Order: sequence, then C-alpha cells, then structure tokens
Amino acid sequence: MKKVVMGNHAVSYGVRASEVKVISAYPITPQTHVVELLSELVANGEIDAKFIKVESEHSAMAACVGASAAGSRAFTATSSQGLLLMTEMLHWAVGARLPIVLTNVNRAIGPPWSIWTDQNDSLSMRDVGWIQIYCESNQETQDAIPQAFKIAEEVNLPVMLVLDAFFLSHTYEIVDLLETEQVRDFLPPYNPEIKLDTNDPHSFGNLASPDYYMELRYMIEEAMNDARSVIKRVGKEFGEHFGRYYDMVVPYRCDDADVILVTSGTVASTTRAVIDEMRDEGIKIGALKIRVFRPFPFKEVSDILCSTKKVAVLDRNISFGNHGVFYQEVKSALYGKTDIPIIGYVLGLGGRDVTPKVIREIADKAIKDKNPEPYINWIGVKR
Amino acid sequence: MREARIPTEELMGSGHLACQGCGATIAMRFALKALGRETILVIPACCWAVIDGTFPHSAVDIPIFHTAFETAAVTASGVKAGLEMRGDFETTVVAWAGDGGTFDIGLQALSGTAERNDDIIYVCYDNEAYMNTGIQRSSSTPVGSWTTTTPVTNYKKRPKKNMVDIMAAHAIPYIATASVAYPEDLIRKFKKAKAIKGTKYIQVLAPCPTGWKLSPELSIWAARKAVTSKVYPMLEITENGNKLTVWKDFEPTSFKEYIKPQGRFRHLKENEIEEIAKGVESSWQRLLAREKMLASIPGLDT
Ligand SMILES: Cc1ncc(C[n+]2csc(CCOP(=O)(O)OP(=O)(O)O)c2C)c(N)n1
Ligand code: SF4
Ligand SMILES: [Mg+2]
Repeated sequence: MKKVVMGNHAVSYGVRASEVKVISAYPITPQTHVVELLSELVANGEIDAKFIKVESEHSAMAACVGASAAGSRAFTATSSQGLLLMTEMLHWAVGARLPIVLTNVNRAIGPPWSIWTDQNDSLSMRDVGWIQIYCESNQETQDAIPQAFKIAEEVNLPVMLVLDAFFLSHTYEIVDLLETEQVRDFLPPYNPEIKLDTNDPHSFGNLASPDYYMELRYMIEEAMNDARSVIKRVGKEFGEHFGRYYDMVVPYRCDDADVILVTSGTVASTTRAVIDEMRDEGIKIGALKIRVFRPFPFKEVSDILCSTKKVAVLDRNISFGNHGVFYQEVKSALYGKTDIPIIGYVLGLGGRDVTPKVIREIADKAIKDKNPEPYINWIGVKR
Repeated sequence: MREARIPTEELMGSGHLACQGCGATIAMRFALKALGRETILVIPACCWAVIDGTFPHSAVDIPIFHTAFETAAVTASGVKAGLEMRGDFETTVVAWAGDGGTFDIGLQALSGTAERNDDIIYVCYDNEAYMNTGIQRSSSTPVGSWTTTTPVTNYKKRPKKNMVDIMAAHAIPYIATASVAYPEDLIRKFKKAKAIKGTKYIQVLAPCPTGWKLSPELSIWAARKAVTSKVYPMLEITENGNKLTVWKDFEPTSFKEYIKPQGRFRHLKENEIEEIAKGVESSWQRLLAREKMLASIPGLDT
C-alpha cells in the first residue's frame, strides 16, 4: 500500500513489517515521531512487541542487548546526544554479537545546541563494529529495516541505519509500505541457536584473558568482512521480493566521467540533479553515493573511482584534525591504486542547506582544483 | 530426622575467584539455592564479574549475562521482555550488582526498572565500597569508614545512602534486606521474591574481608554483629511500600564491638565512635517509629 509518510514514520512502519519483539527507545528531536508511532502501533496491537519505555538512551541500548541476548528481535532509534550516551552499550552489542537494529537520525552535536543534520554523531561511532548504512529516501529508511535484521542475524553484528534530520525525518514522501505477511518470506522469525537458556547454561561476556580476547576481536572483523557479500545478496533478494534493489554503492553517470563527486545521504539526490545539469552542458561528470559505510566498500569504491581523472569527496561531517571522514576513507580505498587527485570538501554542518547551487559550486571548483590541498576546503563558511 | 531447611543442591561451584571469606560469594550460593535452576543472572562490573571466573569457565551452573556497570537492572528488564516474547514466563531473571552498581552508577537504570515495575529480582550485594577496583568509597560506605579514596585523615563523613527508602519510594511490591549470617532468612526472602510479580529489591549485607580489613574467618561474625548492633536492620517492605516489618528478635550488641576487628574503622577516636553509635541508634528508632506509624494507618496495608 502506498502512503505519504514522513521519514520517521517510514522507520516505524519498517519495524512493524519486521516482526520486532522488543523495542526500547527514548525520545529526542528529530527522532521523536519514530517512538511515538511505535508506541501507538504496539498499543493497538499492530506490532506484537514489548516496548520498554526507559529513562535514557544508555538504558535503551542495554534493554535491547538483554532482549537480544534472550533471543528476541530488538530495535531502537535515536539521534545525536542519544547515540553518544549509548556509546558504551553500542560496543556491548558488538562484543556480545547481538543482531540489534538501530535507526539514527543524523543530528549535529552540541554545544551549541543544534537539532539539524550532520553526520558527526554516527561517524563518531565508526570504529565500534556496527554495520552502518546511510539512507537517501523515506522508502529506503523503511526498506532498510527488514534488510538490516536479515543481515544482522546472519553475521551476528548490529546494524545502524542512518537518515538525515528533517531532510528525511520530517519530510513527507510516497512510501510503498511493507506488510508483515509479505516480509515474512524475506525475513523469517528470529530464532537464534545461541541465547540465554536455562537448559543450556553459559556465561556470556565474562573476563577473557589476553589468550582469548584477540581471537574474539578477530572474529568480529571476520563477520564484518562476511557482511560485504551478505549485504549485497540481501539487497538483491529484497529487490526480487519487492522490486526495489539495494547495493553497497550507487554510481551515477560515472562511466566516462572525468570528475566524480562522492556523496552520501540526501546530498546524493541533490548531486544527481546537478550532474544531469552539467552533463547537459557537455561536462563529463558523475557521482558516487556511498550507501554502506561499514564495512567500507573498498572494492566498489576503487573499481569505480580508478577509472576517473579526479575525485571530489563531499563530507557533511568533520574529523577535527584530519579532514572529513568519507574523504579519509575514500583516500584509503584508493591508496596505491591510482595517483589521481582526491579533494575533500566539508559542507552542510549543523543543517546548513546544501542546495544544487552549492553542489554546482563545488563541482566547478573541483574541476579547477589541481591537487588535494593540505587544508580542508570549507564550503560556505563565513570567515 | 528433621528436614534440611537449606536446599542441598549446589548451583555454585568451588572454583570461583573470590577472596577467602567473601560475603558476596556466600550470598550467591544461598540465593541460588533459593532460586533454583530456572534462573538467569545479569551481572554488571563488580567483584562478581570476576568471581564468576575467566572465559571459558564459569563458577555457576545457570546462565549469566555480563553487562556494563550501570545497566544491571535494565539489561535484566530486557532479558525478561525477550524471554516473555519467546513464550517463557517461568524463568526468574535476577540482576546481581554491587553497592556501587546500585547506589551510585546504576541508580538511574534501577529507578527506571522499578518505576515500570518490570518483573525481575534486583539484588544488591552490599560490601559498602567499590571492591573490584580496590576499595574506593561508594555512597553505601558507612560514616566513619576508611577507603582508598577516603583516607584516615579524611575518612567518610557522610552517612550511608538509604537505598531501601529510595526503593520504597518506587512503590514496588517487595523490598528486603538480608545478611549472609542468616542464610535461612535469606533463602526465605529470595523464595518469597521469586513468587511475586513485579520488581523485587533485596539488599544483602556481604562483608568483604579484603576491603573491610577484617580477618576472613570473621566475615559471618561481622555479618551477624552488623544486624545485632542495629547497624544493618533486617527488614521487609511489602504492600507496595505500605508495610514495614523490622526484625527485632535478637540480643542487641554494641556498635563498638561490631567495628573493633574491622581495620576500616581503626582510626576512629572514642568520641567519634560514640557519635556514630548515637547515629546508629537514632536511625534504628526512626525505623521502628515508621514501622509503627505505617501499621497505625488503617487500610494502608491492603
Ligand atoms: C562505566 C564504568 N566506570 C567504572 C568502571 C570501573 N569499575 C568496575 S567495578 C567498579 C566498582 C564496583 O563496585 P561495586 O558495585 O560496589 O561492586 P564490588 O566491586 O564492590 O563487588 C568500578 C568503579 C567500569 N567498569 N565501568
Ligand atoms: S574483594 Fe571483597 S567482595 Fe571482592 S572478592 Fe574479595 S572478598 Fe569478595
Ligand atoms: Mg561494593
């Protein structure tokens, strides 16, 4: 059924379709509607789940950890300060190898207080061990949820789905809503072999000596690597079921491009419009959207970018002291494979609008810019 | 022959990693005798995170989920919800935390669980300091005590936080204190808690010879003297906080005797001991007065 819904509600409907059994979440702007609609859907019986209404995000993730360890499918949603408060338990979910799914609405971090979008909250969790997927439309924020559970439950790692504050969370779009019965074929009920079970008692997470710890970390990295093919396969299977296919990256008019703009999130849609406009003018330019950030799609990124002459990376985030995060990652993906210039641009922090005009400015600049500057190219900063 | 009043089944093995005379270990052994096999433990950072043993071993014969320091209660809430959604309404879920994980860093999550009245037993084994990290003060550390962060030149000046009152303010169905010196009473309370739905809070006095600077063989002695000197009253709060029952059927002993073999109080001067003993007596009197007061309000305990 098609319905016009806001991004946040698309998230809630994705949860409904995925037969989640335990939800625990705490409200924060701009994620609040996710929690509100889920409360309603649980209360009216549309979702057969327990909703643990906790007193903080730290507890929300702890409750999900407990529920998942007991063998139930668990979900939470948060944003910014809430994600940061969860940090300790985000690590716990990974170490305990629990397939929890979390939707994070990208919001800038205070101070100063900001409720508007940028990616510093989720990207500051890049080394935790969560699979991270950046969504571009309301349809995708919904579709990503059953896919995320399927991926998570196969590799035993949690998945963080990310969407831009307001540009998606509060924006209404047509979404083809998934029905539980349709999804069941694609995502069977969760029934893990290893769980808390009094008939098969084990101690989970107790003290591990240096003789064991490293192997357990090695296994997490193995799982992360396995996730690459699983994410691709699940994206394809989802397409076969519902007609909408998803992959690690989304190239756009890259084949003969002299310059490729690398983007993520909603900036990708705006960028495609600019690419079309420039192509009409005869400029050979393309765009590459990075959808899956962890595991980082090294092969896909280098395969596409090695065939171009120049790369411009657009970062709606800043890793203080070392450029934008996507810039760092793209550079490491291309290391030793090409010597084309890779130039980083930081833009749109704290929700500053990234309009087609802004992207066009960057594209024109990227065409002219010769070498990666040692300093960050700040776009639109008043100084 | 009289029937054994303490179940003979052992769910705790001898290969644990606790110090000699560890009250926390004795508390677990008796608690599990009361709770039985259909129990899942959630343990945060505390001595018990170590006592359990190192991977791949475990000192107990039931499932344990180790969790972060401040999350015992809510992780247990999550486990309970997860089990129920799988159709398991029988298993008892127990959060088992130290006083630091209860009175201090875990207070917020515990308050959340209690306010929602989630169906778990929350146990605080109270050794009155952060022992795992090497004897630092907690808000459960009693007035007068030395710890490594309250050195004798500046010993703890503030009284122990009244955690039982805080829990009573949450109107949960069952609250009790227990002491490892009274195992039959402890077992009775755990069995009672197991049968009640909602959040149950049991605070067990668990002497720590290492942290109290007490000879290990005096661990049980101290756990008894703490009760008979009125320092650690044995009580139950039922009827959602409306009924208080204080155990008074003992020969009172002196505060001074209780603290004498404990190195953590050795620095106290006569007048300081007297001052603290006065505080103990007035807390006791207040408690008895409250018991009477609650009992005198008609219809409150129903
Ligand atoms: C967030 C966090 N802060 C600090 C610690 C270090 N830490 C581990 S156990 C502990 C003290 C535990 O005290 P208590 O709860 O009383 O248990 P006990 O060790 O006395 O049995 C501390 C401070 C930690 N593990 N996590
Ligand atoms: S330090 Fe104290 S509480 Fe910890 S194991 Fe030793 S005796 Fe037990
Ligand atoms: Mg302690």
